[in-house]
Amino acid sequence: MMAEAGLAALWFAAALAALQLVMAALGLRAASGGPRASTGSARTEEQDAAAPTTVRAELVEGREHQDVNTEILTAVRPIAIVQGLMIAVAMAMLIGVFLNSDMSVKLVVENSHSAKPWLYKFAGAWGNHEGSMLLWVTILGLAGGAVAILERRLPERTLIATLGAQAGIALGFYAFLLFSSNPFDRISPAPADGLGLNPLLQDPGLAFHPPTLYIGYVGISVAFSFAVGALITRDVGPAFARAMRPWVLGAWIFLTLGITAGSYWAYYELGWGGWWFWDPVENASLMPWLAATALLHSVTVLATRDGLRAWTVMLAVVAFSMSMIGTFLVRSGILTSVHAFAVDPKRGAFILVLLAIYIGGALALFAARVGTVRAGNSFELFSREGALVANNLLLSVILGVVLIGTLYPIVAAGFGVQLSVGAPFFDKTVGPIALILVAVMGAGPLLRWRRDDGQAVAARMMWPIAVACFVAAGLVVFASIGILPLLGLSLAAGLAIASVAPLWGRNLRRTPLFTYGMVVAHLGIAVSLAGMASDSAFTTETLVAARVGEPVKAGPFSVVLDGIKPVVGENYSALEAQLTATRGDQTIVLRPQSRYFANPVTTTNESAIATRWDGQLYTVLGQPDDQGRWQLRLWWKPFVTLIWFGGALIALGGALALLGRWRRAARTARREEDARWAAA
Amino acid sequence: MAALCIALAAPVLADPSTPPAALAYTQLRDPAQEATAKALMETLRCLVCQGQSIADSDASLAGDMRSLVRERIAKGENPASIRAWLIQRYGDYVTYDPPLSAVTWPLWLAPIVLLAVGALLARQSFRRRPR
Repeated sequence: MMAEAGLAALWFAAALAALQLVMAALGLRAASGGPRASTGSARTEEQDAAAPTTVRAELVEGREHQDVNTEILTAVRPIAIVQGLMIAVAMAMLIGVFLNSDMSVKLVVENSHSAKPWLYKFAGAWGNHEGSMLLWVTILGLAGGAVAILERRLPERTLIATLGAQAGIALGFYAFLLFSSNPFDRISPAPADGLGLNPLLQDPGLAFHPPTLYIGYVGISVAFSFAVGALITRDVGPAFARAMRPWVLGAWIFLTLGITAGSYWAYYELGWGGWWFWDPVENASLMPWLAATALLHSVTVLATRDGLRAWTVMLAVVAFSMSMIGTFLVRSGILTSVHAFAVDPKRGAFILVLLAIYIGGALALFAARVGTVRAGNSFELFSREGALVANNLLLSVILGVVLIGTLYPIVAAGFGVQLSVGAPFFDKTVGPIALILVAVMGAGPLLRWRRDDGQAVAARMMWPIAVACFVAAGLVVFASIGILPLLGLSLAAGLAIASVAPLWGRNLRRTPLFTYGMVVAHLGIAVSLAGMASDSAFTTETLVAARVGEPVKAGPFSVVLDGIKPVVGENYSALEAQLTATRGDQTIVLRPQSRYFANPVTTTNESAIATRWDGQLYTVLGQPDDQGRWQLRLWWKPFVTLIWFGGALIALGGALALLGRWRRAARTARREEDARWAAA
Repeated sequence: MAALCIALAAPVLADPSTPPAALAYTQLRDPAQEATAKALMETLRCLVCQGQSIADSDASLAGDMRSLVRERIAKGENPASIRAWLIQRYGDYVTYDPPLSAVTWPLWLAPIVLLAVGALLARQSFRRRPR
């Protein structure tokens, strides 16, 4: 029953999305004959948003539109809300069949097992191809509903166009689910039990990592829908930028969290101490983040200085395309990686057509309408805007390099050439560009808007530069490390100083919250960079075949294998080593495991990691040899935790900025309300 | 694809039930040599894995390749010639650091071209003459 109810809800949601698209299109066509010259109104809005007369003019205009096509336009919002509810019901039903271990549903049979712990039945609903696509479109539907409920700042026309674009995106996903990836398919006769979930995925990370990333992707699609709405109504200006910004910020926060969590998951699960592999799927999540980061900064230029209009819209298109590529390429099976679960080449064609429609359509709309987007203001090189343009340029170049590096082997394979592009390529190309970006990042927030003086900037940058040079000199003298880690550590130190410098000499209690957001996020980059550089410069590795009781050296620690014992988990059996690590008078006990899963048959290494303030001791239990010794892999990784702590700081900075913007918008709205009362 | 890799890998692909090769999980005595070997291993692809280097894979083939790299480094061979030998044997697929060739020059040129195009585009946003 549940599966049928879920499928019905899915069909309902798809039908509502179609209706939403048609209504929005009809409504907009009817309204385009209306009295409004949109470019003109955009100009009045941007000139003085707070002036009461403008507010009144807008209200009058809005009322006229309502008169033209009240029924159609007012219907779109509720449809979007109900669509969101319907798809949420479908997702709930899928989770329900997984929790019940209903083995008459094909997806459950293929990806679950009745003996699996509760959490992995729950999260296992999206630990597979069909379920993850359903989760995607569920978040999309809920976001559409949220836009319909929450968004009050945009002109109604632009909002309806936005909701129409949302429905268009959702329709493709619904079609994909219903026609080639139905998650509710039954199987007959029902087998006694399921095949189980890949043990690598049986981790709390599965409950957190995919939904977070998908929220990020969907947030970007909302930003993209805003851009489409603005293009259709020719309304690209600061008002559009201010409406889009919270969605970009929100998406970016979740992408940051999702990538950070995914990185830490890979780090402790894969058992070799690596935290980033330049794996195509990791790149597929990094690219939308890079585009969203660029978009976040350019949207600020558009909102504040009315510049970079076409560029901002273009970035929204690019960011959306990247999240589509991220979602679909991973699912298409073109990329081989741990993420390519449930790969089916037959779906490839469907996916490529969808990608072509979305990305091609977005680019075509952009090309058709970019001529009507008036050129924004131009800038001085030495100004905040100038630094933000540099930020956008460098982020886009990094994005381009990652994209080309990721797709190059696929394209080459199409021509019959087998080659690999991996860490060495990205280190050599992305590394230096990222370090230049870090240097610009230090200077950017210390520059004034509009115009600044080179010498004054140099004076403000004195301390950060001095600290960076000091650290570099110290490292050259006392440590022999590679050039990239050396530059990374020095620039991280300089950036740490530079990022808090905007707070110097300010009244800290009157500083806006979004300024704190920027400071924290930039500081997070410095912290994360320091962690990355420190890990690659100072990690010590110990691989040994250890006898019980024999001490082994791992960095500053002396590690003793106390013994091995069998352990039985909920759905696995394991061998567990007990290790005692000592450093001075500090003693740590670690218990790495080698786990054996029966459904499906897999052996995994469960690392044991001890976190101390100055780093992590990472231990893995390997195989026994014929002399009764056990293979141990031990790493001492100084300050490696800073990588993810920095990631969390970046996300926190984003959250502070979002909160700060929201509070300011609320305050402005209140002031406008007061002004209207005063005028009346 | 996987079948092709395994076919290519056959010469060093050991039976998984046999114990791992001598230097698969054992470091070289000389820390400098070990560091050189490790740096090389991080840039070599495990041919039977899904996008992992031989430095971070449990596959027995990866173990054999690690052992081979360590042996040759210990004998004093330099990393470039070991890489060249492996490329000769398994093709460009084995290295994550694609060698500059007729096929890969667009890849290596891309960052420079992108930077140049970006700089040209950015110039349009800046005023020609300061006021």
